[in-house]
Amino acid sequence: MIPLTYMMSLSAIIFAIGVAGVVIRRNILVMYMSIELMLNAVNLTFIALGSRLGSMDGQVIAFFVMTVAAAEAAVGLGIIISTFRNRATVHADELSLMRW
Amino acid sequence: MPPFLYLFLGALAIVSALGVVAQRNPIHSLLSLISTLLIIAIFFIAEDAVVVGFLQIIVYAGAIMVLFLFVIWLLNLQAEIGPTGHVVLKVFGSLGAAALATELFLFLGAPHLEVKIFHQPAGYGSLASLANTLFTDYLVSFEVTSVLLLAAVVGSVALARRIPNETGEGSSDPRAAGLIRDAAAATAATSRRAQG
Repeated sequence: MIPLTYMMSLSAIIFAIGVAGVVIRRNILVMYMSIELMLNAVNLTFIALGSRLGSMDGQVIAFFVMTVAAAEAAVGLGIIISTFRNRATVHADELSLMRW
Repeated sequence: MPPFLYLFLGALAIVSALGVVAQRNPIHSLLSLISTLLIIAIFFIAEDAVVVGFLQIIVYAGAIMVLFLFVIWLLNLQAEIGPTGHVVLKVFGSLGAAALATELFLFLGAPHLEVKIFHQPAGYGSLASLANTLFTDYLVSFEVTSVLLLAAVVGSVALARRIPNETGEGSSDPRAAGLIRDAAAATAATSRRAQG
């Protein structure tokens, strides 16, 4: 079995890369992809710990995280498309007004 | 899983996760993300979560990523040229992420966290045991999730829908408004010709 420390470190690194992506990149789509990266890092933690503890709860919660991520991606991409239609940009810095 | 294999896969996952952040072309970012997701799915399968691993490949790396791909195509996004973002933000973002990784290392990677390994029941990670847990202990959450997905579908259709009226005013897309106006003018001209 893979050592738990290794799995935890891997998911910590991937989560930190996702945080860096949200902060550094200004393209909304790439920021979304970084959020997906963070969700997956958390899923990795759930699965690894659930497997160590011999309980199925970790896997079920990872399943729910995937479902919520799918819903979030659908709504988020809809928002991106309707924003793009109105403002013709996906650059986060150019979307500074809370009105059209 | 032999040590060299998981070390190699972990390094590959980190490199492709860095690729998501570092690539200038959104398509390349997306391909890096898919590669990260596939490697994470391999880790899931290695951790006895076979069903969730395959769901990750089919649903996540398949369906959701194709949704991203369609949006990138639809918006016709090109590779960013020139300087992207702010240097200050990049420096602070990188430092913050490094600090976060260190903190998580100290917190999660410490040897004292090594949990006592419990005995896995027979059929652990199989579809039957997953379904058994999902439809007994987590039944309410499961049903709430279906409502969430329904709300997401309705919401995204409502967001992406455009409601043009006959003159084209109120349509948010100027090109569509122009097309509708041209069509209305052509209809008016035809009817005038028919009358005269």
